[in-house]
Amino acid sequence: MKPIVFLVPAAVLAVAVLRAAVGETTESGGMPVGDGKPVVRVFDGARLHPVASAPVDDGVLVVEDGKIKAAGARGTVVIPEGAEVIDCRGKVIIPGLVCTHSHIGGPSGGDMSGPIQPEARVLDSIDVRATSLPRARAGGLTTVNVMPGSGHLVSGQTVYLKLREGRTIEELALRNGDGSVAGGLKMANGTNSIRSAPFPGTRGKSAALVRQSFLKARDYQKKVAAAGGDAAKLPDRDLGMETMVEVLEGKRVVHHHTHRADDILSVLRLREEFGFKVVLHHVSEAWKVADEIAAAGAGCSIILLDSPGGKLEARDFDLRNGAELEKRGVVTAVHTDDPVTDSRWLLRSAALAVRGGMSREKALESVTLAGARLLGLEGRTGSLEAGKDADFAVLTGDPLSVYSRVEETWVEGKKVFDLEKPEDRLMAEGGRGAGDTEISTTCCFSK
Amino acid sequence: MRAIPLLFLTTAVLPAQMAVRATHLHLMTGDLKPIVNGVVLCGADGKIVQAGLASEVVIPEGWPVHEAAVVTPGLVDARSTAGMSGILNWDSRDQEQFEHSAPMQPELRAVDAFNGRDPLVQWLREFGVTTIHTGHAPGELISGQTMVLKTNVESVTKKEDVLNGFAGVAATLGSGSLKGEGKSPGTRGKSVAMLRADLIKAKAYVEKVAKAEADKQPDRDLHLEAMGAVLRREVPLIVTADRHHDIAAALRLSVEFGFRLVIDSGADAWMMAEEIKKAGVPVILHPTMARAAGDKENLTFGAAAKLQEAGIPFALQSGYEAYVPKTRVVLFEAGMAAAHGLAPEQALAACTIRAAELLGLKERIGSLEVGKDADLALYDGDPLETTSHCIKVIIDGKVVSEVKR
Repeated sequence: MKPIVFLVPAAVLAVAVLRAAVGETTESGGMPVGDGKPVVRVFDGARLHPVASAPVDDGVLVVEDGKIKAAGARGTVVIPEGAEVIDCRGKVIIPGLVCTHSHIGGPSGGDMSGPIQPEARVLDSIDVRATSLPRARAGGLTTVNVMPGSGHLVSGQTVYLKLREGRTIEELALRNGDGSVAGGLKMANGTNSIRSAPFPGTRGKSAALVRQSFLKARDYQKKVAAAGGDAAKLPDRDLGMETMVEVLEGKRVVHHHTHRADDILSVLRLREEFGFKVVLHHVSEAWKVADEIAAAGAGCSIILLDSPGGKLEARDFDLRNGAELEKRGVVTAVHTDDPVTDSRWLLRSAALAVRGGMSREKALESVTLAGARLLGLEGRTGSLEAGKDADFAVLTGDPLSVYSRVEETWVEGKKVFDLEKPEDRLMAEGGRGAGDTEISTTCCFSK
Repeated sequence: MRAIPLLFLTTAVLPAQMAVRATHLHLMTGDLKPIVNGVVLCGADGKIVQAGLASEVVIPEGWPVHEAAVVTPGLVDARSTAGMSGILNWDSRDQEQFEHSAPMQPELRAVDAFNGRDPLVQWLREFGVTTIHTGHAPGELISGQTMVLKTNVESVTKKEDVLNGFAGVAATLGSGSLKGEGKSPGTRGKSVAMLRADLIKAKAYVEKVAKAEADKQPDRDLHLEAMGAVLRREVPLIVTADRHHDIAAALRLSVEFGFRLVIDSGADAWMMAEEIKKAGVPVILHPTMARAAGDKENLTFGAAAKLQEAGIPFALQSGYEAYVPKTRVVLFEAGMAAAHGLAPEQALAACTIRAAELLGLKERIGSLEVGKDADLALYDGDPLETTSHCIKVIIDGKVVSEVKR
């Protein structure tokens, strides 16, 4: 995975900083920053869950220029002179939550014309002004993998977002080192992608179609290589094949919807054949094939639901999934699949994983650092560590307690949610204007 | 306090008698506060013999003792479709909650379709839910009847298998029951017109039955008999209504026809608290974590707290989901209500005693009192915390689950 860096044009960045500065005096009464110096804020006295290390009571979190300057116990952290000190005694600070599987903003990928549509980008469909985004911020989320639905074998390209306040998708999208938009490829097997023609009618056919597609991509890849940069010799551009080649070259991770044990093994078999990077999603029957998943070294992005079922292949879903994967050292994230689970319940989903036997430490990691790892973003978010983006949430108490509330969410040093603001509280608690006029129809949801 | 004549009998003769000891015992009586170090004695008849402080209740020698950090009455889910809508979500196999052949079919009985062996019923039972009000789902103008029974009933074979075999007629106002393609009802106006016409017809039928001599009775009509039960106030019309104007329409209908109204779901009920309170109508509130979309787009997690504050009788429900989760667990919904302004004891009440009251079953279930059914749920911690577990469930004095959930 190539490193992902923030490549929003400098002008946009300048505006963002200016906006932060203007907002500063009204929002929290901090220092004016007219002298152009970056704002330094110290979040003082909270219990910190850095995730990458053990929690500390009476912690100090120093944020400068959108980055974490330091995080640790009082006495171990230098508090810069002139910094704005925010009293956080009695509060709990955790890394901004990472949701590895979400449909906020009403994304769409491929249409019903065929089962394999890697060329479709959710980037082109997301409504960044939908209320599902501020609701996600209210849930403490700062990073989200927004995906197309699971009604195709290959339904399109996903996009990794930072939940910055922005008016366009470009302002929210994370970028790869080459400036391209960061994201993976959504794939699915099992019954969701089994439909009437031209979709596959069986699991055997599903796998055959996917294999054929990857083989075609390999040929395309060879032709491109053989052209040696000579434009005259390059094959005609094929957006779908270009995307599949990125997958073959490990530049784009496959996010694979899969439930039943045999379907999970089918994904691992394909991965073995074509060598792509994969994250297994939902994985209802993970507990049945946890050894195989661990042996393959695949990461899992799991969902925790209040009951099993909804379809035959999710009948044996078990709350123990997180615990069984943890036992075997599998990198495991917990996701919302918003709107299946509202983003505001992501921490609760982690608590459900604990109910199923996962350790509290790993459960918190599952919605922060583990998610960042599965998206290849662990270098910049997912934990409270010096040098990382200042993405964090301020809570009223234990992150896994039902009684705790998210009070503030910060993305890259900017407050994007504040429970004290009436318009933000509306998004946190619901009420007139907080919901969606339409019921989401992401694949099978409206069945 | 009642004497305990069973004291001298052995457990071998009467296996159902047992004691349950809790560090925090939620009797759900009086001010609803739990007592510290409490004991419940369950008799051989499946009823509660005694409940109170451990220092005052003597556990008869030889009685098995079940212990837990926290004990509550068995949970009562005030509106579910479990056992009607099954785990597989497979039409014509385990989806009995809808009959789409006509928009109004109050003659459809829940008892004829309930499958107590569906894994969803077991799932609820293992989380401490001992009683469910289940039946035909919201989604047709009149989708059918509902009933109340315990979650250990695998098949309904006799009268005693249910607490109430005909608990209400389920109706839906709003987009949930609207149809396209020129079918009726296609609009809200048409929905109410159809309901009114049906109720007027049923009223005429009821009057005819009341007036006619035994040998001149009209032909029996299951549809009109069921609506007649609503008009005679024998059962409530349970109207699923989320939008405020749908709630208003339900209130209007109940005034016109004088039936007992229960508002179900009621996403906008918090906006209509004054009117609902004035009408004396109870609310079976949507799950706290229901999706804020469609007719429920204006729901708030603080709804339960708002209804409580307004003095409106309400209970929590698991509701019906077309997709997933195939059932919710009322305990989880109560936990989230408690996280959003409802006092924890009121949250527990909303899925125990308040639910029992709303269903007209407070003499039998919903609290731990002498003479009531020995339905108990045992937990290893605060039951409203997501991370706690239900560790044992007792129905009618019998342990029905020992799975750690």
